[in-house]
Amino acid sequence: MSAIERPAWMGTPRIGTTVLRGIGLVILCALVIFPFLVVVSTSLATQADIDANGGYVIWPESFSIEAYRQIFDGTQVTRSIIISVGITVVGTAFSLFCTVLAAYGLSRRGTLFQRGLLTFVLLTLLFGPGMIPVYLMVKNLGMLNTYWALIIPTAVSAFNVVIIRGFIQGIPSELFDAARIDGASEWRVLWLVVIPLSKAAIAVVGLFLAVGYWNNYFGPLLYLNDSNMWPLQLLMRSFVLQNNITSTSSPLPGAAMPPQQAVQMALVVIATVPILCAYPFLTKHMSKGMLTGAVKG
Amino acid sequence: MVAPAVILLLLFTYIPLLGNVIAFMDYVPFLGFSGSSWVGLDNFTMLFSDPAFWSAFSNTLQITALQLILFFPVPILLAVFLNGVLRSSVQRFVQSVIYLPHFLSWVIIVALFQQMFGGAGVLNRFLITHGISPLEIMSNPETFKLLLTVQGIWKDAGWGTIIFLAAIAAIDGHLYEAATIDGAGPWRRFWHVTLPGMRPIIVLMLILRLGDSLSVGFEQILLQRDAVGPGAAEVLDTFVYFNGVVDGSWGTATAAGLLKGIVSLVLVLAANKLAHKLGEEGIYQR
Repeated sequence: MSAIERPAWMGTPRIGTTVLRGIGLVILCALVIFPFLVVVSTSLATQADIDANGGYVIWPESFSIEAYRQIFDGTQVTRSIIISVGITVVGTAFSLFCTVLAAYGLSRRGTLFQRGLLTFVLLTLLFGPGMIPVYLMVKNLGMLNTYWALIIPTAVSAFNVVIIRGFIQGIPSELFDAARIDGASEWRVLWLVVIPLSKAAIAVVGLFLAVGYWNNYFGPLLYLNDSNMWPLQLLMRSFVLQNNITSTSSPLPGAAMPPQQAVQMALVVIATVPILCAYPFLTKHMSKGMLTGAVKG
Repeated sequence: MVAPAVILLLLFTYIPLLGNVIAFMDYVPFLGFSGSSWVGLDNFTMLFSDPAFWSAFSNTLQITALQLILFFPVPILLAVFLNGVLRSSVQRFVQSVIYLPHFLSWVIIVALFQQMFGGAGVLNRFLITHGISPLEIMSNPETFKLLLTVQGIWKDAGWGTIIFLAAIAAIDGHLYEAATIDGAGPWRRFWHVTLPGMRPIIVLMLILRLGDSLSVGFEQILLQRDAVGPGAAEVLDTFVYFNGVVDGSWGTATAAGLLKGIVSLVLVLAANKLAHKLGEEGIYQR
């Protein structure tokens, strides 16, 4: 616990105020944590437990990982997890590649058409073309029912370019000059100077991109007709929200054994875990990265 | 180096922007852009005589209004409250807890709400075991817009505090000191120092919100539209999706999307102008 640094002008708060504030904070945290607790507990409960509690469990009496075992049993769920991971990894890498290149290119003053290109990129912050024309574009390019449709159209966002560009502009220009005097090409400067020095910004943007790709469900809904290609979010939509889990094409053989409710909640847990893993890294840099990037832009 | 980004923006932002011409066409995918015939403003006339469009329009405005009134102030108040927590370790912990829902997908959020407030959810089980009749929270068209707003608050209010906390942190401590010497208590300090210090950023966020006022929770609504029916849940974005992609009325759907885009752009520009008039910076300089 860090020491309390109360400014001299601020009087000592009354005990009552402090207690009320504390209660407020606890309620605030509970509002976020409680739903997760219920979901995790339900996913780990046995059918008897769930039945006794009427559909949900706050603290399971006997733990069971049957639901998770069933999900990872080489079924459609396993496949969509792999698909989701693939889209997230490839999408993030491709987006970062385009974004960092653009950010560096646009940060260099006096290069060919620099101002014009910057305006070209920034203008897209103001307007979007709308859903239908983009859909038709994707269709005309023959990308319907391919994973590229989920990655390429949204790969570059002017906002991300602006954030990373702001960071690069903060690098002292002497470093670039030194590298060039040593005979480094633009690509070498990018690789050896720019990228190492703006790692933090690139990491934050990368994590945000990854979260976006992982969470995307409208893209697949719009562009993928084949349910065998569905990533996790879309599968979850149909299993958890539309309760299709017992339909004829049940991907989970022997569905009578573990509790349905548990399987559904286990899916929610699985979709949340990657976010939780990335979360410490996100919180570490996000406010800093967001604010400096946005203000300088 | 800028080439990949420029090509992608050209392909998926600028060219589709021109693709909006099909709002003025009887677009047949089989015939393509060059083969389809021009119909002038027919699509718009059709749109304006379609009660479903007006219903979607009115739903959109109602949801925006609800969000402005109920959602918008929450992050500001939360930021002020969190800023009052002096132990920085506690403050950081609470912050990282309340930021979390922002990073979850709408599918997960809706699933969580279903689990808490659905027909067989935690709340209703509690009510039933205590002899109170269960509530239809997730599937009630009457209160659907309120539900959307509450879900939005749960997901994003914590995240929204970041920028306001930064604004409060940037306020000069001497102002508080001076105010205290002049005899201002906590409330007066809030009213005369904190709030004016946050004003530029509040105006900025308000402008951004206004510019987005015709885009209300598309993914969120799409997930829950079936439960309450289009009468209560159709908004402009879902109208475009169902008419265009699902039903193949490309012309009218594009017309609706184009209308939405233009109105949004005008709203941002107008709000920014207003901000300049009020002496604030807005999102960009004149």
